[in-house]
Amino acid sequence: MAILEKHKAIETHATLLLVLSFLVVTIGGLVQIVPLFYLENTIENVEGMRPYTPLELAGRDIYLREGCYVCHSQMIRPMRDEVERYGHYSLAAESQYDHPFQWGSKRTGPDLARVGNRYSDDWHVDHLTNPQSVVPESVMPKYGYMADTLIDGHHIQDIMKTHRMVGVPYSDAMIENALADFKAQSDPNADTAGLEERYGTVNLRNFDAAPGISEMDALIAYLQVLGTMVDFSTYTPVASR
Amino acid sequence: MSERNLTRKPGEVETTGHEWDGIEELNNPLPRWWLWTFYATILWALIYTILFPAWPLISGATPGVLGFSTRANVAAEIARFEAANAPMRDRLVAADLATIKDDPELLQFATSAGAAVFRTNCSQCHGSGAAGVQASGYPNLLDDDWIWGGAMEDIHTTITHGIRNTTDDQARYSQMPAFGVDGLLEPAQIDAVVQHVLAISGQEHDAALAAEGATVFAENCAACHTEAGTGDRALGAPNLTDAIWLYGGTAADLTYTVTNARFGVMPNWNTRLSEAEIRSVALYVHSLGGGE
Repeated sequence: MAILEKHKAIETHATLLLVLSFLVVTIGGLVQIVPLFYLENTIENVEGMRPYTPLELAGRDIYLREGCYVCHSQMIRPMRDEVERYGHYSLAAESQYDHPFQWGSKRTGPDLARVGNRYSDDWHVDHLTNPQSVVPESVMPKYGYMADTLIDGHHIQDIMKTHRMVGVPYSDAMIENALADFKAQSDPNADTAGLEERYGTVNLRNFDAAPGISEMDALIAYLQVLGTMVDFSTYTPVASR
Repeated sequence: MSERNLTRKPGEVETTGHEWDGIEELNNPLPRWWLWTFYATILWALIYTILFPAWPLISGATPGVLGFSTRANVAAEIARFEAANAPMRDRLVAADLATIKDDPELLQFATSAGAAVFRTNCSQCHGSGAAGVQASGYPNLLDDDWIWGGAMEDIHTTITHGIRNTTDDQARYSQMPAFGVDGLLEPAQIDAVVQHVLAISGQEHDAALAAEGATVFAENCAACHTEAGTGDRALGAPNLTDAIWLYGGTAADLTYTVTNARFGVMPNWNTRLSEAEIRSVALYVHSLGGGE
């Protein structure tokens, strides 16, 4: 057949084969991936989502550093059993300021997408320090050293700038006041008017009930905000998904 | 390499024309069953994209003729279970809290539902057996000692609104002053009042110091814990005369409590659980042994 004769030209030229293979894979990739960037129904706008405050962002970095995602996912799948156990299924918009996202496909511990406000701060301190003290059957390691490791927010401004580069809408005011906001959130005596004006609803308290800003404060600040930004009493799902 | 050899004798297999050092590449036809399966998978792929959401267009993807939707599926699944439970659930919600126990059918439904709710949501703090965590501030729900009340109505309110949280305006609230940290009492006075509390709870104590502490207690603690130290449930002030301690009853524990105060928090569950679930778990807790 003539077409096979012509195809021989490709088979016998390694460079041509490479270039054309790359072209085919590129087209396939573009068709599958690019529409997701602009399709309105993949990017659902949900009221209430805000970027993480500096302290929460620092806590998130600790979460990543410790590899919490290895055992805990942050994605409640749209299935009845998961919705009954963890709450409303996760929306894509709830991960929109997560770089990288924390969805995960394996759980050793429970899903944490809606862990915010589910436990008291004291419980988190007890549980992170010694998980078996509150949940005897738990296999989670102990993270007590976080309470002793103070952090000063030295790099928080740079981290926020980096997140802005990848699309998190941190305003100039947020970046400028990063360090002040970082320190204010867990200080009951601080003036938090600016922090609340910039971010909206923020948990303001000394999370680990100990003086100074420790990794424990940051991590608990992060955990306590997870899944609490969207008010599901006013949310109506678009059925066409 | 040589040209394709199509001039073989009948019965001999055609070659592709590739030949190196006398070794030829044969061109056997593909097995028919394999070829037809291959075509069938291609056809199936096309049909699939028509039936299910697939092709991205300008403003959305093609919905597919079957109208498949993950969200609609889970909503339907949940609605199916809701509907199945509806008669019992409505009876539970309509029932008077105090008399639910008199309806055996309702009681059975609610306690099994409540046990499931408890294991999922409450066991992390109160323990899977509901015995709490001793001396750590997570109350034992099996005993007769209640801080905020052990009647159905009280348990129901506690679960609905929680205790000392910042997410529900109607949460139960009270705060013990940090007598040491805030400088309300001298260390010596704290030592004395601790001895008094040891005395009224029937533990070993220093009688002279305890007598001195009784005055301190009357002036500073009696307003909430009552003069006899039996506590006041309206204020969430624990009974100090029994041997049940939320944060430990040794002299060291008591000194810490008086110096720093305690501030146990329980989340409100009205945003996570339905009224029927709250009633079920309240009934379950009530039935564990300590219900009043």
